[in-house]
Amino acid sequence: MGNSRIKWHIVVFLAPAVLVYSAVMVFPLFNTLRLALYTEVDQTRVFVGLDNFRTLFGDPLWSESFWNALGNNFWFFFIHMLVQNPIGIALAAMLSHPRLRFAAFYRSAIFIPTILSFVIVGFAWKLILSPIWGIAPDMLAAVGLKSLYAPWLGKEEYALTTLALVSVWQFIGIPMMLIYAALLSIPEEILEAAEVEGITGMAAFWKIKLPLILPSIGIISILTFVGNFNAFDLIYAAQGALAGPDFSTDILGTFMYRTFFGFQLQLGDPHMGSAIATGMFAIILTGVCIYLFLIQTRIRRYQF
Amino acid sequence: MNKARRNPFNIAAMHGALILYTLIALFPVFVIVINSFKSRKAIFREPLALPDAETFSMIGYQTVMKQGDFFLYFQNSMIVTVASLFFILLFGAMAAFALSEYRFKGNTLMGLYLALGIMIPIRIGTVAILDMMVATGLVNTLMALILVYTAQGLPLAVFILSEFMRQVSDDLKNAGRIDGLSEYTIFFRLVLPLVRPAMATVAVFNMIPIWNDLWFPLILAPAEETKTLTLGSQVFIGQFVTDWNAVLSALSMAILPVMVLYVIFSRQLIRGITSGAVK
Repeated sequence: MGNSRIKWHIVVFLAPAVLVYSAVMVFPLFNTLRLALYTEVDQTRVFVGLDNFRTLFGDPLWSESFWNALGNNFWFFFIHMLVQNPIGIALAAMLSHPRLRFAAFYRSAIFIPTILSFVIVGFAWKLILSPIWGIAPDMLAAVGLKSLYAPWLGKEEYALTTLALVSVWQFIGIPMMLIYAALLSIPEEILEAAEVEGITGMAAFWKIKLPLILPSIGIISILTFVGNFNAFDLIYAAQGALAGPDFSTDILGTFMYRTFFGFQLQLGDPHMGSAIATGMFAIILTGVCIYLFLIQTRIRRYQF
Repeated sequence: MNKARRNPFNIAAMHGALILYTLIALFPVFVIVINSFKSRKAIFREPLALPDAETFSMIGYQTVMKQGDFFLYFQNSMIVTVASLFFILLFGAMAAFALSEYRFKGNTLMGLYLALGIMIPIRIGTVAILDMMVATGLVNTLMALILVYTAQGLPLAVFILSEFMRQVSDDLKNAGRIDGLSEYTIFFRLVLPLVRPAMATVAVFNMIPIWNDLWFPLILAPAEETKTLTLGSQVFIGQFVTDWNAVLSALSMAILPVMVLYVIFSRQLIRGITSGAVK
């Protein structure tokens, strides 16, 4: 085949995917970054440079909301890392035990919340935790802990943590499955060699298996990071666009939605919305770069 | 086999922990579904009891059927999901074939360009996507959603499918070429049938997020005729917040289709995840 003529079949094979991906994903992404540099004056678009960012970080009205949302978002992520991943790893470690029966049943059942939509999950938990229905207080009363009950979703100090835990409940299946797959792929010879050396049970888990599944833990962490900093649906379904009580559950996704579409008396502002989206883009990109260049390269050294 | 692995006490403890967590995972779904079949009084009096002859009531479902157009929402979700999956698989497989089969200038670069979208969520570009949909008159059409979900699903689809296509034997393709088959015939007749398991994995991965998405239906297609089931139940529940029978029934009806899909595809899904398709 000569290099001189265009191989049309390659163009035909690539064109649909590249066109749709470029037009609907890549172009709007960069266009959003560009729109963040404009504002609307008398229904015409005017270039204002970095003014929107100055407003976002400088104007106390905006910057307070932004830092609040960003801080909440980090807390949301922190809870996921602290609760979701350790429990997911523990479940996977138990499921991968060679002698455990019904592992397939447990696996399928524990994965069910992950397939439900945020709307179902948000409302279901809202109802269960609600003081009106009384399931949560009654169940606590049954074990003698009724005094611990509080309307968690309605209290500023608990609402965000509660929602983060609901989100953990929903997504625990993903780390569980990925770690489970990683544990199964550890060669039997390695575990047997460790046994010969007298490393068994918990020690085998901490000293042999855990270092070997570090790459999967890295992937889960970055997936969690991207997912959390892009989250919106659960908070919107459970608490509405205002992310109440008093914005205590506001994260970047809900903040951007409110800014973009407006709420109550404030009009929607696509340009400020773009500025927030740019901020989210920068955060996610930083996270992904840290993962790709720092974490992944370092973890690789422990691999075979 | 060592002692720790054989210890029956350890196994029992593990069953205990797993049963406990399974209960935690299933409890909310169970509570919602059983209460959707009870009368209002029974919902509040004994929320954890199963419906019996006395407390059984379908009143919630009747309200849902009367007030919300759930069949339309369901149909919209179906159209959007199936059409998006079709385009993700077709376009994704074509691009994956081009990248894995042919050597051409910019091959690696093109692969990287398409892979970028795996990590960057498409939601970041929402403002400009809405702009574009308004400009092209696609707002409040299912087409807008199909385009967005196709674009969102393509990067991972191309990535997974090209990994699998590299494993298809060259001899087979070259034999086809010697027989005078065109490149298109080789792709559609020889290669596609061989990567069907990988296509199923990609489909199952994409299906659930598309079906469950709330963000894009809310922003691009909130009109009554184009509401998806997820958005439809969100709006319905928002309006009927004090009618507990209706809310519980709407939730149960939203759970049902996903559960059916899960029962059909769970083996595929779990095999897909555990086979390391997302390395």
